[in-house]
Amino acid sequence: MESVILQIAARHMRPLLIILSVIVLYRGHNEPGGGFIGGLMLGAAYILYAMAFGVGKTQNRILFSPINLTALGLLIALLSGVPALLSGMPFMTGEWVTFFANSAFELKLGTPLLFDVGVFFAVAGMLMLVMFSIMEE
Amino acid sequence: MTTGLFIALLILLAFLAPLTRKYLKNAAGWLYALLPLTGLVYYLSLLPDIIDGQVITETYAWIPVYGINFSFYVDGLSILFSAMVLGIGTFILIYANKYMHTYPMRSRFMGYLILFMAAMQGIVVSGNLITMFVFWELTSISSYMLIGYHHEKPESRTSALQALLITGFGGLALLGGFVLMGQPYGSYELSVLFSDPDLIRSGSLYLPALILVLLGAFTKSAQFPFHFWLPGAMVAPSPVSAFLHSATMVKAGVFLLLRLNPVMGGTEAWHIMLTAFGGFTMVMGAWLSISQTDLKKILAYTTVSALGTMVLLIGNGTQYAINAAIIFLLVHAMYKGTLFMMAGNIEKMTGTRDITKLGGLYTYMPLAAFIMTAALVSMAGIPPMLGFLGKELMYESKLMAPTVRYLLLAATFFTNMVLVFLSLRLSLDVFWGKTPQYAKTPKEPYFPLLLGPALLVMASLLLGALPGLLAGPFTAGAITATSPLHPALKLKLWHGFNTVLLLSFLTLLAGAILYRHKHAFIRFAEKINLKYFAREFSKGFYKAQNDFLVFTKLQTSRIQHGYHRFYLMTIFVVASALVWVVIWRADPIMLELNFADMPLNLVAVLALIITAALSAVVSHSRVIALVAMGVIGFGITIIFIAFSGVDLAITMVMVEVLMVILAMAVLYHLPKYTKYSDTGARMRDGLVAAVVGVFMMVLVLQAGTSQLDIPISEFFKDKSYSEAFGRNIVNVILVDFRALDTLGEITVIAIAAIGIFSMIKLTKK
Repeated sequence: MESVILQIAARHMRPLLIILSVIVLYRGHNEPGGGFIGGLMLGAAYILYAMAFGVGKTQNRILFSPINLTALGLLIALLSGVPALLSGMPFMTGEWVTFFANSAFELKLGTPLLFDVGVFFAVAGMLMLVMFSIMEE
Repeated sequence: MTTGLFIALLILLAFLAPLTRKYLKNAAGWLYALLPLTGLVYYLSLLPDIIDGQVITETYAWIPVYGINFSFYVDGLSILFSAMVLGIGTFILIYANKYMHTYPMRSRFMGYLILFMAAMQGIVVSGNLITMFVFWELTSISSYMLIGYHHEKPESRTSALQALLITGFGGLALLGGFVLMGQPYGSYELSVLFSDPDLIRSGSLYLPALILVLLGAFTKSAQFPFHFWLPGAMVAPSPVSAFLHSATMVKAGVFLLLRLNPVMGGTEAWHIMLTAFGGFTMVMGAWLSISQTDLKKILAYTTVSALGTMVLLIGNGTQYAINAAIIFLLVHAMYKGTLFMMAGNIEKMTGTRDITKLGGLYTYMPLAAFIMTAALVSMAGIPPMLGFLGKELMYESKLMAPTVRYLLLAATFFTNMVLVFLSLRLSLDVFWGKTPQYAKTPKEPYFPLLLGPALLVMASLLLGALPGLLAGPFTAGAITATSPLHPALKLKLWHGFNTVLLLSFLTLLAGAILYRHKHAFIRFAEKINLKYFAREFSKGFYKAQNDFLVFTKLQTSRIQHGYHRFYLMTIFVVASALVWVVIWRADPIMLELNFADMPLNLVAVLALIITAALSAVVSHSRVIALVAMGVIGFGITIIFIAFSGVDLAITMVMVEVLMVILAMAVLYHLPKYTKYSDTGARMRDGLVAAVVGVFMMVLVLQAGTSQLDIPISEFFKDKSYSEAFGRNIVNVILVDFRALDTLGEITVIAIAAIGIFSMIKLTKK
């Protein structure tokens, strides 16, 4: 299935969707969004690309293969619980650090966000893993 | 501090060894051996403090609520066993590194060996039953790796699996026994158990606990009817046999019996079971060893016999019996470790361990001949080796046994006679006599291969020759720890002319006579074996294992039939039935339906959803059904938005979109749409759907009205920003309050995805 319209659309949608998915991921803590939705979007970005250009070509363009991405996500999620252990708290207690406090660029980073990043990758990875295997059939 | 640290260091070394061995090469064994050697010196240095019944304890909290801790308890018994584990372990590491230097995967082998050592050392210093169980299982697992070392051979794999299944089964029984033992005390700490032993002995849980614990001990220590895994385990490389099957793994069961003797021992049941099983195993092991020709199999069966002897002595429980058990334990570890290492040496140098193909080795390896003969002298119980002391005590305890004295005496006499016979055979037939044609000219084994056996034999000689000075103090602490009421006896080589000496002499004489007529004797043994022991236990075990697999396959094919629609139906029916029961029992159903203030636009959406659902059911085209399902999904999305569930709505949209893509990818491959199910099946499915639908509706409505507890949502609303710094409550719950659940969920989806991936990718071929 070769569709020029879909190919052009996919080529431009992919970076936009990736950026959007990261934004959705980051704002998830205070506004609607989060790792799960972001992960679905990230996965969708590549699935759209795969529909336009085929699975093989898409896999060449991904840094991590879907299965590794899933594993990476799980690893990040698991590791996000460790800092709490180091400071003597129960596993997965949230720990926060604020950068540039009270300025326009206030940036709050914490282990729950890291955990969400893990969910983000794991969901995107598993989505691509399933979709690519089925689409390749 | 020290004991815990030492075990941690051993485990660390076990993981470092596979990485470092290839750089250290021949030095590796010597370097790794430094760690157990240090431990040996440390524990021996504790000996003077321990002798008068003192105990060193250490506790690290693990699950303190349930009384489960990593605690260590070092007394005389622990030190005796530590000395055996670490002492023999030191030499084994040196021996193994040389012995295995031509084998593939030798680095990993060293790691397993050290891991096993750590586990074994853990058992003997455990101060908490659960800690002991953990180390107990670790020995089973690491020994599985060691026995199955030659994993390319099917025989190795089945033997390893057999050993694992049997000791694993025993381990499970043991856990049950431990849990029962802990019940009356509310604690699993040995120190608590020892402080009031009558609490369990007089309780109703005693007998079940005892049977379970004995199952654990008997499987590990290869007692009848579980003895067969030990000869099977001889497929392991010789260092493994020399370590696991002489002094450590198989002694774990004996250790357990000795360790629990103050708590569980002394009762009628204990006495009967240990005497019966131990005694029978002792005689049977000795008998079966007669007709073996494989050097290591002979040693394995004599080990089975020796373990039976120990169990029997512990069961007797008299002062002499406990003394004899402990001394014999030490004797056996020393000569059997030596003999297994020498068996490995002989195999390495000649290429065979079949004793009918060996002979005249003295001219090629005089030093090895001397060492092995010295160990056999100890096995035969001839002075001045330590073995003599062991045998004397054994006879003495039998003469004073409370019950069935003469039967036990006869059994012991027979066993020792066979041991004398085998000692003569293994020494004279292997090192002297006719020299067969060897494939290559044998020569003296390398120095690291002889060091351990030589030192063990020397130690056995020293301990035996100076019993009052060395062996006595060394074992006294262990004896006091095992049975506080019966202090250690004064050990002497010379007891004067008495019945025991006469028995010893007669044993030697009988053994020698048997050896003179060995051909007739062996033929006689073989004949009886063929007639009465033709059915091998090992084969019976495999049959049971196979039957079990067939049964499980049948059962699985019934439950896991592979029809997705029936799985779904099972889930739906069971879930709704369970909830229906709860709803029925709880408040009367009060459905407060109020359609009056429902906004008109929602009514429109609902109507749309219902229409779509109906058309999905009746449609004859997959595409229409899919579109209808999509309409349902988006309709629900609108409802979510109407009630400001934005997160849910976004997720729903994403899921719906992806479902469509997924369906499109699959649709093309599906067969033509036809009617697969008859009307009856459709009615049934419709009924199930209706039940589930109504159940969900009632559940949701009931959930709105009946108040079971304070809603947790208030808590989340309060704490979301103040404690977790997030205004999006849904997200905060997912990634912070309930992060562990989410972690579980993403693990599940990852596994599911990998499952789908492998199903599609791997079944393609």
